[in-house]
Amino acid sequence: MASQVHFLDIKGKPLLSRDYKGDIPPNTIEKFPLLILELEDDNDEESNYKPFINHQGINYIYISHNNLYICALTRKNENVMAIIVFLSKIVEVLTQYFKTLEEESIRDNFVIIYELLDEMMDFGYAQTTDTKILKQYITQDYFKLVKKTPSRIVQPPNAVTNSVNWRSDGIMYKKNEAFLDVVESINMLISASGHVLNSEILGKIKIKSHLSGMPDLRLGLNDKGIFSEETNNRNLDLEDIKFHQCVRLSKFENEKIITFIPPDGEFTLMSYRLSSNQFLVKPLILVDCKIKVHQHSRIEIICSVKAQIKKKSVANNVEVMIPIPEDADTPKSSAQYGSVKWHPEKACLIWKLRTFPGGKQYFMSSELGLPAVSDPEAILSKRPIKLNFSIPYFTTSGIQVRYLRINEPKLQYQSYPWVRYITQAGDDYTVRIK
Amino acid sequence: MSLEKKIRKFLQGPKKGEAYELRSGLVSQYKYERKDAIQRVIQAMTVGKDVSSLFPDVLKNIATYDLEQKKLVYLYLMNYAKSHPELCILAVNTFVQDTEDPNPLIRALAIRTMGCVRVARMVDFIEIPLKRTLSDDNPYVRKTAAICVAKLFDLSPKACVEFGFLDQLRGLIKDSNPMVVANALNSLFEIKDMNVDSSLVVLEFDSELIKTLLMCLNECTEWGRITILDTLTKYEASSSEEASHIIDRATPQLQHANPSVVLSSIKVILHHLGSVKMPAQRSAILKKLSSPLVSLVSSSIPEAQYVGLKNIRIILEKYPQILSKELRVFFIKYSDPLYLKLEKLEIMVRLANESNSTLLLSELKEYAMEFESALVIKAIKSIGSVAIKLPDCVIKAVNILSGLIDQRGDSLIVNETTTVFTNILRRYPGKNDYITLIVPIISAHVSEINKSEATASYIWLFGEYPKYFSNLKDHLDSLVDKFLEYESSIQLHILTSVVKINMASSSNKYSNHLQRVLELATKECESADVRDKAYIYWRLLSSTSTDSQKKVILAKLPPIETTIPSFNPVVLEHLIKELSTLSSVYHRPSYTFIDPSVYSPVNEVQHKEVAKNGKSGNMQDLTNLAKQEIINAKNENLLDLDDNDADDDSSSTKSNNEASLLDELNDLFSTPAPQGQNAQTSSTSTNDILSLFGPNTATANQNTSTGDVNRGLSDLNLNAAPSNSNTQQKTDKVNNDLLDLF
Repeated sequence: MASQVHFLDIKGKPLLSRDYKGDIPPNTIEKFPLLILELEDDNDEESNYKPFINHQGINYIYISHNNLYICALTRKNENVMAIIVFLSKIVEVLTQYFKTLEEESIRDNFVIIYELLDEMMDFGYAQTTDTKILKQYITQDYFKLVKKTPSRIVQPPNAVTNSVNWRSDGIMYKKNEAFLDVVESINMLISASGHVLNSEILGKIKIKSHLSGMPDLRLGLNDKGIFSEETNNRNLDLEDIKFHQCVRLSKFENEKIITFIPPDGEFTLMSYRLSSNQFLVKPLILVDCKIKVHQHSRIEIICSVKAQIKKKSVANNVEVMIPIPEDADTPKSSAQYGSVKWHPEKACLIWKLRTFPGGKQYFMSSELGLPAVSDPEAILSKRPIKLNFSIPYFTTSGIQVRYLRINEPKLQYQSYPWVRYITQAGDDYTVRIK
Repeated sequence: MSLEKKIRKFLQGPKKGEAYELRSGLVSQYKYERKDAIQRVIQAMTVGKDVSSLFPDVLKNIATYDLEQKKLVYLYLMNYAKSHPELCILAVNTFVQDTEDPNPLIRALAIRTMGCVRVARMVDFIEIPLKRTLSDDNPYVRKTAAICVAKLFDLSPKACVEFGFLDQLRGLIKDSNPMVVANALNSLFEIKDMNVDSSLVVLEFDSELIKTLLMCLNECTEWGRITILDTLTKYEASSSEEASHIIDRATPQLQHANPSVVLSSIKVILHHLGSVKMPAQRSAILKKLSSPLVSLVSSSIPEAQYVGLKNIRIILEKYPQILSKELRVFFIKYSDPLYLKLEKLEIMVRLANESNSTLLLSELKEYAMEFESALVIKAIKSIGSVAIKLPDCVIKAVNILSGLIDQRGDSLIVNETTTVFTNILRRYPGKNDYITLIVPIISAHVSEINKSEATASYIWLFGEYPKYFSNLKDHLDSLVDKFLEYESSIQLHILTSVVKINMASSSNKYSNHLQRVLELATKECESADVRDKAYIYWRLLSSTSTDSQKKVILAKLPPIETTIPSFNPVVLEHLIKELSTLSSVYHRPSYTFIDPSVYSPVNEVQHKEVAKNGKSGNMQDLTNLAKQEIINAKNENLLDLDDNDADDDSSSTKSNNEASLLDELNDLFSTPAPQGQNAQTSSTSTNDILSLFGPNTATANQNTSTGDVNRGLSDLNLNAAPSNSNTQQKTDKVNNDLLDLF
């Protein structure tokens, strides 16, 4: 797949490198900063930035993360999708090891990064990229493991190569519990007049499993026809369902049954997407915002929000982020409910409402000064209003967990599944402004 | 930065120098001091210092029970083995011992490192440990040893075959452990790519083997699945049943969380789709692909989304119906990086149809109001493309664009819109209502047009529709006055338009302009092209036959069909086969950018050579033919062009210049029917060349398939594709005018 993997800083200077194959000269990466610069240089009109470059027969494939580039080099016509996903797995694993992955943490942990890189890829082929498994035999605190009988204790867990390569055996809990969270993130694009232009539900079923042994789980959802292509009256058409690798895919494909042996601890069992507009014909939280700009003097904002959800439901931690010009100052705000704060670094006002019962409507108004002299070149910014909220005990799609059967053939214990539902705003719940 | 300094300071240490310090640490009698010194050596190595002089001292620490220390020493060894090949032999003993260690982790570590020490003499020592580890009880060791075979082959193919490792490796494909299977496959593929011995058969697929792999598929890690899926795309199913069996097995993988597994499964399914006989079954399978394709776009990694979009574009071209209902998914998100936004627009215009045009246009209008200029330009072009694709929404699109000019009025927008408007008029020539709608808008903003492409467009409009411009005389005055300030391509346009206006108008209102332009062009202009063209017009105008004058000068351009570039069919076939690889993101077949020495496989050598010969040979044919044609045409001017062209062809430089030259050649060759063939979109132009040369080369070069010609030419096509239809239009015009003279 990849001949070399490099970690580089924002300017393209290498921080740490691993050469897997030796078919590319080691100093090749030194050209990377120049190539990156070239991409950015001649983009007067067309942006040329792309996550891959071909230069003198060498392909540079890279992703950016926290002011870092993680770059793979290859000379062959390799599977670029696999490489990009692999690089992002490196980021994921290292983030889980060091909390954050940045220049500093790379310099501080080079020993363990080398070890991990060796374990994750061999001669350019991806091997083990599951953090939970890696953590069992690659740790920062070696002395703990090697205390008594050196070189006997640290062994590759069987899970590395087993067909169940995400769970090791011999896990024991006093109390066997499984927590299910059904989380639906709503992305919605709403026009200035309050019409929904585009909406989608990104759902996730997360599980935190504290279960002993090798339990076999079976998850039942509220509608058996949920995944079938037959159109029943409540056509809940989950699109592109994606499963964690522990789910038996062929069983699902043939019988529409979700069965799996869960990894230990937290993981996302499945994710799904619903874009059918029948579910979201109106915004859950309606924002009506009028922004009046009096050039060179001030800007007036009048905004109302309405929770268009069931009376019984409550939206929590509602945040309305209203964009304002970067050079606006001295805000004077008043809100019927909640607090309004000015965040000059983000050039926006944030109106926070801690609880927001269904059916209610609140208003706020604000006035900001504008500088008398404005930059004539100032680009017309069309940043949308962004919303954050979460609504507990409620799923927009109506998906429900009917049962979670837990069966451990050897231990035969009693277990307790718990289920929670929550609907929240996704990364992209936005309202356009005129 | 500060940390680096600290490390430096720390490493520089006391007066006697860093190397001394480290060396004494490495040979210290205390364990912890030695380990500390090794860590510092590695640290120095990481920041790019050359610490190879410490090789012997580091090597002394190789025999240790401390796993971490062992790993560090091994790491050092891999990096600097080449600088001290003779000393590496000292490490062999420890390596061999370690491959017998009771701990599988150490066994695997030893064999992995041994393979990475790329020193020729290592080959002699690796035989026994590798043989042992390949049949180790522990799968973790076996999977590591499997890869090691490829490393050995890289070092010494002969030894690898003699020791029988290849057979052992083939045996591992049937191993009980899925990860071993995957690595054995990877290793064999690697060897296949390196193999230069034509008598050696590395790996052959039969249906038996494929069955084993399919069984294994569900058990593998995500990476193993990708390996197996990629293998499946290299296999041709022997029957329709087998193909549908493979597809059945691959379909569940569409639901995997890893987008790369999804894309590889899509590739497998498309690869075997052709072998499925029943059309109904085929379309059912295709239907299943649409939501996995969409899921590529909702991945959390923007780079992966981008690769997904690039692949979707290829798949869309082959199967245009596959995503017809999925327009909304491709809407731009505010937080998307710019390169993603632009690529999403590419997909959106391709999905445009009557039912979604209103939604699409209003969305595009929003993008045109954004602040990133690249996005704005692309959005305007996209609106134009939609109008050209769907006749029903021309009025709407024009209104949106004119609204944009009113609202933003930026010269960037005016320029871009002018070009788009001209393209729209070229798509629907002579439509009175469109002309009366568009011309006044452009006419009102002429002063803001400053880009050459846009200038060329509106000057062409003058010539084509002079009646619709109310203040034509003023415009012409300023154009003629500044004639010498323009670049030569614009001068050509002014010349043509002025001549056309004169020819079309019955009165002698504009004869002054004509006189001046012709004089300026022939006497003061530096460009030979402009001068020659002016002379030709002059002579033509002094002839007596008004009919033939009109025929030549007022010849109409054929309407353009689309402004959305598409792939040449041959290229498309290649790209479909190379989905998810680098060629799918460059949109170029792999042989155009991959150094052929990377794959030196025997089975492709012949094929490649043929391709190469075919390419250069045909190129020569092509240039010869071109020369012949041009001499026949007795066109002295264009002989210069011809020479350029020959150079460009042989060096196969990839410049737009060449593409446009080829276009010109193309126009020349189609002399008998210039109106039918040229002046379509740029992408079709090379097809024309293809059709012209196809038969010739096929007869001349029976051994080389025409496919090679096509491939050679498809390179050119790729260059031609981005060149705007407008430049095309310019060259077409020039040539049309010239051609009609002969």
